[in-house]
Amino acid sequence: MAGLVAGVDVGGTFTDLIIADPATRRVQLAKVPTTLPNQAQGVLTAFEATGADLSRIDLIVHGTTTTTNAVLERRLSRTGLITTAGFRDVLELGRRTRPKAYGMDGRFVPIIPRDLRLEVAERLDAQGNVLTPLDESAVEKAALRLLDLGCESLVIHFLHAYANPDHEKRAADIAARVWPNRHITMGHALLSESREYERGVTAAVNASVQPLLERYVASLAAELRQRGYRNDLLVMNGNGGMVSASTVSKEAVKTVMSGPASGVMAALATGRRAGFADLLTYDMGGTSTDVTMIRNGRAPVSNEIEIEYAMPIHVPMVDVRTIGAGGGSIARIDGGGSLRVGPESAGSMPGPICYGRGGTQVTLSDANLILGRLPAARFGQAADAARVAMMDQIATPLGLSVERAAEAVVRLANTHMAGAIRMVSISLGADPRDFALFAFGGAGPLHATALARELAVPRVLVPARPGITNALGCVVADLRQDYVRTLNRPLDTVDMAQVHAIFAAQEAQGRDLVTGEGIALTDVRVEFSADMQFVGQTHLLRVALSDGQPTRGDLQHAFEAAYLKRFKVALPTIKANLVNLNVSVIGLRPALDLSALIDSGGRQASAAPTGRRAVWFGAWIDTPVYWRDHLPLNLRLVGPAIIEQMDTTILVEPGCIVTSDADGNLLIEVPHD
Amino acid sequence: MTDPITLAVIQAGLQQVCDEMDLTFSRAAFSPVIAEADDRSDGIYSAEDGSLIAQGSKGLPVFVGVMQFSTQSLIGRIRDGVTAPPEPGDIYIVNDPYLGGTHLMDVRFAMPVWRAGQIYCWLSNTGHWPDTGGAVPGGFSASAISAEQEGLRLPPVKLFKKGVLDTEIWQIICSNIRVSDQRIGDVQAQAGALRVGAERLTQLLDRYGDAMVTQAIADMRQRATQQMRKMIETIPEGRFVATAIIDSDGVVHQPLLIQLAVSKTAQDLVFDFSGSSRPCLGPMNSVRATTISSVYLAMRHIFPDVPISAGAFEPLKVTGIEGTFLDAHYPRPVSGCAAEVSQRIAEAVFAALVQAIPARVTAAPAGTSGNFCLGGYDPATGQNYVMYQISGGGYGGNADHDGLSNGCSTIGISKAPPVEIMEQKFPVLYRRYALHEGSGGAGAHRGGFGLDYEIELLRGEAQASFVMDHGLTGPLGAQGGLNGALNRVEVRRGGEVHVPPHLSKAQDILLYPGDSVRVRTPGGGGYGAPGDRDPALVAEDVRLGRYSAEDAGKWWNWQG
Repeated sequence: MAGLVAGVDVGGTFTDLIIADPATRRVQLAKVPTTLPNQAQGVLTAFEATGADLSRIDLIVHGTTTTTNAVLERRLSRTGLITTAGFRDVLELGRRTRPKAYGMDGRFVPIIPRDLRLEVAERLDAQGNVLTPLDESAVEKAALRLLDLGCESLVIHFLHAYANPDHEKRAADIAARVWPNRHITMGHALLSESREYERGVTAAVNASVQPLLERYVASLAAELRQRGYRNDLLVMNGNGGMVSASTVSKEAVKTVMSGPASGVMAALATGRRAGFADLLTYDMGGTSTDVTMIRNGRAPVSNEIEIEYAMPIHVPMVDVRTIGAGGGSIARIDGGGSLRVGPESAGSMPGPICYGRGGTQVTLSDANLILGRLPAARFGQAADAARVAMMDQIATPLGLSVERAAEAVVRLANTHMAGAIRMVSISLGADPRDFALFAFGGAGPLHATALARELAVPRVLVPARPGITNALGCVVADLRQDYVRTLNRPLDTVDMAQVHAIFAAQEAQGRDLVTGEGIALTDVRVEFSADMQFVGQTHLLRVALSDGQPTRGDLQHAFEAAYLKRFKVALPTIKANLVNLNVSVIGLRPALDLSALIDSGGRQASAAPTGRRAVWFGAWIDTPVYWRDHLPLNLRLVGPAIIEQMDTTILVEPGCIVTSDADGNLLIEVPHD
Repeated sequence: MTDPITLAVIQAGLQQVCDEMDLTFSRAAFSPVIAEADDRSDGIYSAEDGSLIAQGSKGLPVFVGVMQFSTQSLIGRIRDGVTAPPEPGDIYIVNDPYLGGTHLMDVRFAMPVWRAGQIYCWLSNTGHWPDTGGAVPGGFSASAISAEQEGLRLPPVKLFKKGVLDTEIWQIICSNIRVSDQRIGDVQAQAGALRVGAERLTQLLDRYGDAMVTQAIADMRQRATQQMRKMIETIPEGRFVATAIIDSDGVVHQPLLIQLAVSKTAQDLVFDFSGSSRPCLGPMNSVRATTISSVYLAMRHIFPDVPISAGAFEPLKVTGIEGTFLDAHYPRPVSGCAAEVSQRIAEAVFAALVQAIPARVTAAPAGTSGNFCLGGYDPATGQNYVMYQISGGGYGGNADHDGLSNGCSTIGISKAPPVEIMEQKFPVLYRRYALHEGSGGAGAHRGGFGLDYEIELLRGEAQASFVMDHGLTGPLGAQGGLNGALNRVEVRRGGEVHVPPHLSKAQDILLYPGDSVRVRTPGGGGYGAPGDRDPALVAEDVRLGRYSAEDAGKWWNWQG
C-alpha cells in the first residue's frame, strides 16, 4: 500500500488523528476538542488541522464512542420489542441483582420501556421443537402498533431461538413488510447462545443504537467524500477489528467497546515491533483506568462484557477491565480517621482542584502536582489552592506534612490500582516477571514505575505518543473476524471430526470476509481456542490451541495444563467438558513504521535536561527534567528523572534505568529487591 | 501507632488477600451455588480470639462476621483439648451450626498461617455445599423437627493433615451426602483458596514485617470502631421499635415474631430482641452466630463505608436473644436461619432505624430467597434430578427513589438462573416470567415489584418443596408507606388450584405432567405517604400496566 493511512479516534474529551505516509515514513498528528452531539465536526476539524489532502489518503479508520455514549446516557432510538407470550418483562427483571453488594437502594432503567414490549403467541422447547406455532397475524399487529407508538427500531426475541431461529426469521419477514426501514434485529442473529436476558439485552442495545450509528457514519462518510476521500471509511469494532461504514450499523452493538479496543491494538502493534509479546496494558485517564492482559501477542477477547450494572453485551470484544481509579479520584479521611482514595471521582468537571474549574476535594492529580511530578507552572494559582486543600483535608487530620500527605494519597492509589491489575492478571495464574507494563493515557506514565515495582513486573514500556494511543490503534489495527460455536459436551463424547469441520468452516468464512474488504494484507493468521471446564462446573477456562485439528488428547492435555497453572489443582478423576470452539481470523496489514511518531528532527546527540525541579521521593530530590522529543535513540538515563512531552509526563523513580528503542519507545527497567 | 501511609497500604493489602481468596474459590468451584451464586466467603481471623481482621468484599453478605464465631469456637476447642491442635498444612472442616455457624450446608474450612513455628492468624472460608445429607436433597426440609433430619453434622476435624487430604474422613462424608462424586472439586477449590490466601499474606508479612502488620491490624480495628461510632452519632437519641414476622416455622401454624428495640448508650448501639418468639419446633430457628451476623449485615447495608471487621462490630451490642428462637441450641432444626430468618432480622433492623435516620434506610425489601426445589425422575433422560429456583423480589422505596424490582435477597448477591438454562436441564416449561403487577407497596416512593413465574412439569413425577416467607404479612412500608404485596404460591393440580397450608413453606407436594406451580414474590415496602407521590409518576405506572387503574385509585386516589 503506497497511499496514506489515517486513524481518527473520538474520545470523551479529545479527538485524535494520526496520518501516516508509509512511503516517506512521515507522520502527522492532530488533537482537537471532541464535539458533541455531532462527533463528525471534530473529526473534520482534526483533518483540517493537519492540512491533509484527503484525496491522497487511501484508508481512514475511525474509532467512535457514538454507541457507547448513547447507551450510557440512554440517548437511544425509540425501540420496540416483540417477544414470546409470558416473557415481555425479561428485559426489566434482569437476573435478580442489585447495583452494589451493600446498600439496598439503586435504580435500573430497562433499554426498552414496558409499553413498547409486546407479546405474541409462540413457544419452542429447549431443543427447538415447536410447542406453540407462531401467531403470524399477531406479529403484524404488534409491528403496526409499535410503529404507531413511534418506534424506529424493532427487536424480535423469542425464547430458545438459538436452538431454532425459524420463528424469529418468520416474524422478522412479516414485520419487514410493514416496517419502513431496515432496523430490525433478531435475537439469535448476534448471539446464538442460551440466556434470554443477555441475548435480549444484546439485541435491544443493537437495535436502539443502530439508527444513530448509521446516520452518524453515513454523514461522516459523505463529508469525507465531499472533501475528496475516495475509499471506504472503516470503523473500529470492540473486538479490535474493523468494518466498512456501509455495513457497521447492522451489528452496531459490536462498536460499543471501540475506544478501549483500539488502545489494545496499538499496544499489540507497538509491542510486536519492540519485541514484547506479553504486556499488561494500563490506560489511566481522569476517572478510570482500563487494564488488559496480552499474552503471546494475542489480544484477549471475551464474549461476556458487562458495560454497566445489568447491561451485559455478549458479543466478542477485547477483554478490557475498567478500574474506578484515575487522576480525578478523590482522597478523604473517613469517620475512623483513615485515609481513603476513590472510588468517588471529581471526573473532568469540576475535576481536580489544580485544574481550577471549581473542584474543592483533593484528588490524586493534586497529590501528583504537590509532589513535583507535574509542572506547577502549567497550573498557576490553582496549584496553591491544591496545596492548601491537601493541608486542610488530609495532612492536618493525619498529623502529616503536606508532602507526606500527598505521598500517602499516591501510594494508596497505587496500592488499589496494583491490586486491581493483579486481580485480572497475576491472580489468574500469570507470572508478573513475563510482562512489560505498557503505560498510556494521560496519567498512565506517571504511575507506571511504582505500579511495576508493586506488581513485580520488571519493566515499563512507554510508547512514543501515550496520549494518542487509540488513534494509533486505528492506524495499525488488523482486520479481524471472531467466531464462537457452542458444543457443551463431555470431551470423551465429542465427535472430533465435527470439531475439525467447525474450525475449518469458521476459518474459511473468516478468510473470505477478511480478504474481501479490498485492503492490502501481508498475511492471514488464524487463532484457535476452546472454552473448557470440568463436567459439572459453570466457569470456563479458555485454552489456546496451536491449530484447528487438535486430537482429543491434545484438548485434554491443554486443558489440564491450563487448569493446573491457573488453580494449582489437578482433578484426574473428573471428566473435561468442551463448551465453545472459538476461531479468530486476523488479516495482518503491512506493519507501519512507527519511528516517525516522534519527529527525528528534534532529537539531540545526548540527553540534556531542559531544566531541574524538586520532586518528592520520600524527600525532596533535585531532579532533571527532559523533553521527550529531544532524547536520543541511544539513550541511557538513571532515575530519578522526569520526562515531559506534549501529551503526558513520565516519572522515572530513583534507580530505574531508561533506554530507548529504534521507534523511540522508552523502556524503563524497574529494579526489584 | 503505624504511620498512616503504611497503615492504609497494609489495610488495602489485607483486603486484596481476601478478595483473591474469594475469586479463587468461585472460579475453581464446581457447585453452581458457589461458582455462579457466589454463596461463599473468605476472611482473615486473629490467632488469639478468632476476631475478624478482614473479609472479602465479594463474599455473600450473609457471612458478614459469621466466621469469627466458628473460628473463635475452634480456637476454644483446641485450647480445651477437645480438638487436636494444628500442624503446618492442616486444614479443619466444620459445619456444626451450634459451634458458631449457620445451617449445615454452609461448610467452613479453617487453616492457620504460620510464622516461625507460631500461628500468626487464621484463614477461614465458607462455601454452601449443594447437599450435606438429611431428609431432603439440598437440606431445606420445611418440616424437620431435629438437627439429625437436616443432615451430616461435622465438628471441627482435620480434613487435610500436613497438606494431604484424609481419605478416611472424606469417605465418611461422601457416604453421607448426595451427588458426592463432584464434591472433591469443591473441596480442592475451598482448600486452594486458603492456600492462595496464605501465600499472599506471607508475601505481605515478609515485606512489611510481622510486627508492623500486627500493629496495623490493631490500629485498623481501633479505627473501624471509631468509624462505626461516628456513624452511630448520626442516629438521634431514642428507642426505635419494630416487629418483623415470619409466616410460621413450617410445622406449627403460628407466626414467629422478632421484637426489636434499638437504642443508644453512651457509645454503643444496642439491639434488644427481648420478647421475640420462643424456639420453634420446625426449621425456622436461628443460632446465635447467625442472629448477630444478621444485625451486622443490616448495619453494613445502612453504612456500606465502614469496613467489615471486628472493630466495626464492637459498638453493636445484641441482647435479649437468650430463650428465643434467635438463639436456638441443639437439637433444634435450623435450616431456615441463613436464608430466611436472617432476612427477617435485617428487616427488623431496617424498620427500626428508618424511623431514626430516614434518609439512610429504605423501607423493607422482599427479604426472601424464594427457595423452590423440585426433585423427580425424568423418563426422557432416565435420571433423577434436583432443580432449584431462587427468585428476587421488590426492594423498599427510599427517601430518594422507588425500590428496585426483582432484586436479589438481602443476604445474597447471586444471579437467578436463566429460564432457558433451567428448561435445558430439567423437564419443566415456564409459562411466564413476569413482573408481579401491583406488588410494589404504595408510597411517595413506591416499593419495587416482585416476580411472577409459573413452572409446568412436562414429564415424569416430581415433588415440589418451598422455603419462602412473607406469605402472611408483606414487607414493611416506612414513613407512612404501605407494605409490599405478599408472597403467593399456587399449585395447580389436575385443573384445581391449591394454596399450601403454610402459604410460603411446603414439602414434597407430588406433581404430575401438566401440573404447575405459580409463585408471585413480594414487592418492596413503600416509603412516605402515598398522597405525597407525584401524580405524573402514578399515571406513568398505570400507563405501563404496573398497577391496575383500580389499585392506583385505591392507593393514590388516581382517577385516570
